[in-house]
Amino acid sequence: MSDKKSNAEAHYKVSLKIVCSILAVWAFVSYGCAILFRNWMDTNMPKIGNAPFGFWMAQQGSIICFVLLLLAYTFFMNKADEKFGFSEEDK
Amino acid sequence: MNQDVLNFIFIGITFGIYIGIALWAKAGSTKDYYTAGGGVSPLANGMATAADWMSAATFISMAGGVAASGYDGSWMLMGWTGGFVLLTTLMVPYLRKFGKATVPDFVGDRFYSNAARLVAVFCAIFICMTYIMGQMRGVGIVFSRLFNIEIATGVLIGAGIVFFYAGLGGMKGITYTQVAQYCVMVFAYTIPVVFISMTLTGNVIPQFGLIGDFTKGGAEAVPLLEKINAICVDIGIDKYTDGSLSKTDMFCITAALMFGTAGLPHVIVRFFTVKSVKAVRKSACWTLGFIAIIYLTAPALGLFARTNLIDEVRNTPYAEAPAWFKKWEDQGMIAWVDKNNDGIMQYEKGTVFKGKPNMDGDKRGSNGERLVTNEISSAPNEVYYEKDIIVLANPEMAGLPKWLIALVMAGCVAAALSTAAGLLLVLSTAISHDLMKKIIKPDITDKQEMNYARMASFGALAIAAYFGIYPPSNLIAETVAFAFGLAASSFFPTLLMGIFSKRVNREGGIAGMVSGIAFTLGYIIYFQFMGGDKANYLFGISPKGIGIIGMCVNFIVAFIVSSFTPPPPKEVQEMVEDIRIPSGAGEATH
Repeated sequence: MSDKKSNAEAHYKVSLKIVCSILAVWAFVSYGCAILFRNWMDTNMPKIGNAPFGFWMAQQGSIICFVLLLLAYTFFMNKADEKFGFSEEDK
Repeated sequence: MNQDVLNFIFIGITFGIYIGIALWAKAGSTKDYYTAGGGVSPLANGMATAADWMSAATFISMAGGVAASGYDGSWMLMGWTGGFVLLTTLMVPYLRKFGKATVPDFVGDRFYSNAARLVAVFCAIFICMTYIMGQMRGVGIVFSRLFNIEIATGVLIGAGIVFFYAGLGGMKGITYTQVAQYCVMVFAYTIPVVFISMTLTGNVIPQFGLIGDFTKGGAEAVPLLEKINAICVDIGIDKYTDGSLSKTDMFCITAALMFGTAGLPHVIVRFFTVKSVKAVRKSACWTLGFIAIIYLTAPALGLFARTNLIDEVRNTPYAEAPAWFKKWEDQGMIAWVDKNNDGIMQYEKGTVFKGKPNMDGDKRGSNGERLVTNEISSAPNEVYYEKDIIVLANPEMAGLPKWLIALVMAGCVAAALSTAAGLLLVLSTAISHDLMKKIIKPDITDKQEMNYARMASFGALAIAAYFGIYPPSNLIAETVAFAFGLAASSFFPTLLMGIFSKRVNREGGIAGMVSGIAFTLGYIIYFQFMGGDKANYLFGISPKGIGIIGMCVNFIVAFIVSSFTPPPPKEVQEMVEDIRIPSGAGEATH
């Protein structure tokens, strides 16, 4: 039981790390690229097709990143579950 | 074949399918009714959640909003997708592990008090009511177009259908119906855009058309975005790719939508229908994937619609106006005021007249246009169009085949119905389960509980229909954006602290929720309904974005109050530890 408890604590720490890194990227692509630094992005980054970079990030790029982020989250969390023995089979 | 007949056939067929599924999956018990028995596959739940998520606001208003405001409209695109990252990483896996059927249930148990549960019930009711108003308006617009009736009658018909439909199946029926509705919506949304993209830019994929060249009718290739920007400059408004919202406001509105998404009760409960925490994550990936298909198409549609609108209307004599223009004018969604008496439609800067068009009966002007009784403004602009009609009118603008237009109509109805049904379910369970069963009358039977649920949905619909007829805001999407602000300031912080902090206690949780939602609601009511002056905005944040400040208020109040009061009892702390372990989530109970 104590083994399970220390495992649970370790698992919780790892999952916090995963969540924080995912959310850091999340904030950067949406608030960062598309809103706060968009003027800088527009002038200094290559255009995507005919669209200025910041504009494209706001209307397309950030959404694509969100999907990739969730896939990454699922992958790393499932791995963490396995490592600490909390994995469950799909039914 | 006549367009109206085609519309009827398409919507009739889809209705038949929905009702068939709802009857097949009829709820047998309250467990079926609340969480579909907890055995929905991640893929099916992903589709259903996507349909639930994509409301009339998404389907009808979003592309119109983007079309009208260009870059400014990005808050809808990012806000309504980015929130799912928060929802998936911070909320639903833990709440699913907790294993109760409703959000107020978690709040009541985690903050070990019925008072907290009661506050949560009221927050849930407020949020869902605000949200469902926008849906009723959407249904009204579609039906008014469909049957050629006033919007008010359309809203009433829509309310009747939704009531019949949501009461029938409960969560189980709704889930499987929404899978079908998602399929209708995704085709209805994307296929017309593909056709329009081919006509305007020669690109089959609209997302490439967005960043491609304008080549309509063999014209010389000009970058589409630059063409629009040039016209905007010509008219004297901000460039399409620049927008006019301040950075602070843009940031706050986007953030309020994202954090609100993660606190919306009707989205959270969707994830109680799958088997395990692992399935929750998988389901969330599917959900966002399905949603992204539509959200990536919307900006392309917005741009194309804006191009078509300007192309066909600007500086065209009214006598040569396209057929769709006059059709929508007949319904009072488009108006033209010939200010300089030249018979030509000037589409320029500024508003045409004060407020929404108030048609002067059936009176016609010298060119055959409908007359309005509004106070005419001095701006040169003569063309008024309601942004909400962009998606509906777009296939007609682009001259697409009639069956496609019928498909879009069916898609709109599906979008509004699926969301309204999901919301009604949360509303009615908040009243029947959390309020009646858990607080007022703990000894009622399953059957009585279901009856309360149905009565609650009837009452809620009646109020929602009223506000659907007299909407508090111009654009459907804006009405809905208020719901997100309310969710961001009440549920999101409270749930987050409930999951990740063992120290926040009953007193802190309740005080935080109450102050957060009271602050946000007060700000919205003052500035939106009581005519508060824009100059007095707090930090220049509009009511749509104020939820984010409300959220901070909630956090701060909760932490301060908690630190002066005793920590939660040991069993609550153990419960918090337990929900952090992903394995062993039983079936959701109630």
